[in-house]
Amino acid sequence: MSNASLEAAPFASSGQPQPGAPDNWKRFFSFSTDHKVIGIQYITTAFVFFLFGGLLAMVMRGELITPAADLVDRTVYNGLFTMHGTIMLFMWTFPVLNGFANYLVPLQIGARDMAFPRLNAVAFWMVPVFGVILVASFFIPGGPSQSGWWAYPPVSLQNPTGNLINGQSLWLLAVALSGISSILGAVNIVTTIFRMRAPGMGWFRMPAFCWTVLAAQLIQLFGLPALTAGAVMLLCDLSVGTSFFNPDLGGDPILYQHFFWFYSHPAVYVIILPVFGMFSEIFPVYSRKPLFGYKIVAVSSIIITVLSAMVWVHHMFASGTPGWMRMLFMFSTMLISVPTGIKVFAWVATVWGGKIRLSTPMLFALGGLVMFLFSGITGIMLAAVPFDIHVNNTYFVVGHFHYVIYGATVMGVYAAIYHWFPKMTGRMYYEGLGKLHFALTFIGANLNFFPMHPMGLMGMPRRVASYDPEFAFWNVLASLGGFLLGVSTLPFILNILSSWVQGKPAPANPWKAIGLEWLVDSPPPHENFDEIPVVISAPYGYGLDEPLVASPSGELASEHN
Amino acid sequence: MNPLLQALLENWPVSTTNLDTTTTAQGASAAHAGHGGHGGHGGHEEEDHRMFGFVVFLLSETVIFLSFFVGYVVLKTGSGDWLPSGFEGLDTQEALINTIVLVSSSFVIYIAERFLHKENLWGFRAFWLLTMAMGAFFLYGQAVEWMHLPFGFTSGTFGGTFYLLTGFHGLHVLTGVLLQGVMLGRSFLPGNYERGEFGVAATSLFWHFVDVIWIVLFALIYLWR
Repeated sequence: MSNASLEAAPFASSGQPQPGAPDNWKRFFSFSTDHKVIGIQYITTAFVFFLFGGLLAMVMRGELITPAADLVDRTVYNGLFTMHGTIMLFMWTFPVLNGFANYLVPLQIGARDMAFPRLNAVAFWMVPVFGVILVASFFIPGGPSQSGWWAYPPVSLQNPTGNLINGQSLWLLAVALSGISSILGAVNIVTTIFRMRAPGMGWFRMPAFCWTVLAAQLIQLFGLPALTAGAVMLLCDLSVGTSFFNPDLGGDPILYQHFFWFYSHPAVYVIILPVFGMFSEIFPVYSRKPLFGYKIVAVSSIIITVLSAMVWVHHMFASGTPGWMRMLFMFSTMLISVPTGIKVFAWVATVWGGKIRLSTPMLFALGGLVMFLFSGITGIMLAAVPFDIHVNNTYFVVGHFHYVIYGATVMGVYAAIYHWFPKMTGRMYYEGLGKLHFALTFIGANLNFFPMHPMGLMGMPRRVASYDPEFAFWNVLASLGGFLLGVSTLPFILNILSSWVQGKPAPANPWKAIGLEWLVDSPPPHENFDEIPVVISAPYGYGLDEPLVASPSGELASEHN
Repeated sequence: MNPLLQALLENWPVSTTNLDTTTTAQGASAAHAGHGGHGGHGGHEEEDHRMFGFVVFLLSETVIFLSFFVGYVVLKTGSGDWLPSGFEGLDTQEALINTIVLVSSSFVIYIAERFLHKENLWGFRAFWLLTMAMGAFFLYGQAVEWMHLPFGFTSGTFGGTFYLLTGFHGLHVLTGVLLQGVMLGRSFLPGNYERGEFGVAATSLFWHFVDVIWIVLFALIYLWR
């Protein structure tokens, strides 16, 4: 690491503004084309929406702390769960992971920027635009969409106000814009990974994170257009009066469900695959061991992409789906646990017997792994048609996907934020606050989402503002967990803000990690590399005596650990 | 990595569509990446990534059309008689003329491109303009057909899918013609092709794409009874 920081020294004195350094904060409000600025813009914007979506969830948990519907009006409650789901998916998980992809992929593959920097900025600036459209629907007559984040017709076609501009049409507009932004981003990221890898960085020298980002962005490219098509048709039904999905006029509401889930199930992999990549980056660093079965882990991401296009009907087992279809999709759904299981096995084998450092990123990654495993088990339960029919639309399903999305994705993102924070900002975060954040988050998440499983098995339906008093015990627990999760963001925000402003300056490679991004200064200079590195070995060479890159100056710029 | 795949990936359309790969690459990185021609990606050629990105985008765009096609097939097969009452079916004859014009314009635009490769600018412009005229003829024919149909966008699932598919495709034809106009205008800029012919190559590829979609669409809507 000493070599790396020596190498990086000339950049620091070059006077170039360093994206990420605190004295440089105004850049984050500009139309910058630097992938690092855009990455941080994505992450920060997404986090603001995460807080907003979390606030909506806490109002819901406040409503559910008593069996009666006494805190908010039922229509408001409908709007709350619709907007909570929509914001968390389209405004938090997609943008935050796009942010990491933007920031890390060019650094990890040894490129100076993304393939299309201006397109990159355009794709980012659409995020606040459709975010504002979505939030604006709270303030129009009739309030926001109330049809849940699926927007199934005929519920979504009701339009009680009769206005052209209503909550549902704004929702559809925002989702369509989000789709365009995501496709532009995907074109950019896929082109970057295919075409801009540094010399020597063959496919099987590419870090696992880039593999998972590629796998996820392929889903965006080839799944998302189906949702866009469905959204356009639904918008026509709603605003113009066509009858694609309107059963009263001969339309087919189930067709919409197919369009929706053909994308929206793979969308789950869009938000979990990059997190798998983060796990694959983080476990080796804090265990001081190479990633177990790197090639298989890399390829399993692509297998997940392919399989993800063949499982969507498992969301529709209760939609009058014919028997053969149920069998087929039950099988394909269970099949997807194979590549996923390979990954879990590889991470456990990586950590096993390693020199483990339980610093904050590792804690979050381990916590995320445990919760992901749990959600994987309930996932296989849900894949079985008889069980799925039994718990369909109950809190069991809600509990399952919150373990995936909060337990794995949010925990993984937190891990990644801590892990790459020194790289992004050039400052070290406070370890104590980080550990406190982890404890609150892990306890809060389990307290919030575990009780949803028993209450679902008892038969409590989702999306209701009031319920039978027999479910009260588990609901009180879940609500306490929900508020704890709200509290858990406070030490995080305090930590990030204060360490960004006055934290200890970070060296180029504070974790003694191996990877191209750790060879440059923290934060990396504009255009990342003074000279494009030549990669001469596979990633994750922990404990091996192989340099990662060839050094023209004769001195090795890689790490031996 | 598989050498065949590698060759495929590295020699993707880009190198065949540029007059001069090296000047193109430098121009592209200067104009597009916003950092003034650093070059020096070592062993990696500084290639133009735009064509690769554009192909990826078109593949994604194909999925929207596929989704609409699937919607059409599902709605058609799912309903008994879905034609609006009193309507016997679409007239194939006019549409066939339109189809022939659009499909042949794909060959015309190819000839235009060949002229550009041979640096015959006026030949390029003539055939390029002919392509635009054929595209405009197609749009005109489409508009005439729309105006004489006895049903509208909201006339059941048939009217809905008909106007959705032809309208969405027509929007692409219009985009293509407008892009062609821009490229024609640019051909008069001095030194326009020193940075390669990405614009022309991409517009041409887009035009072929629009064409292929129309053939499927024509078969589905007009020929399949």
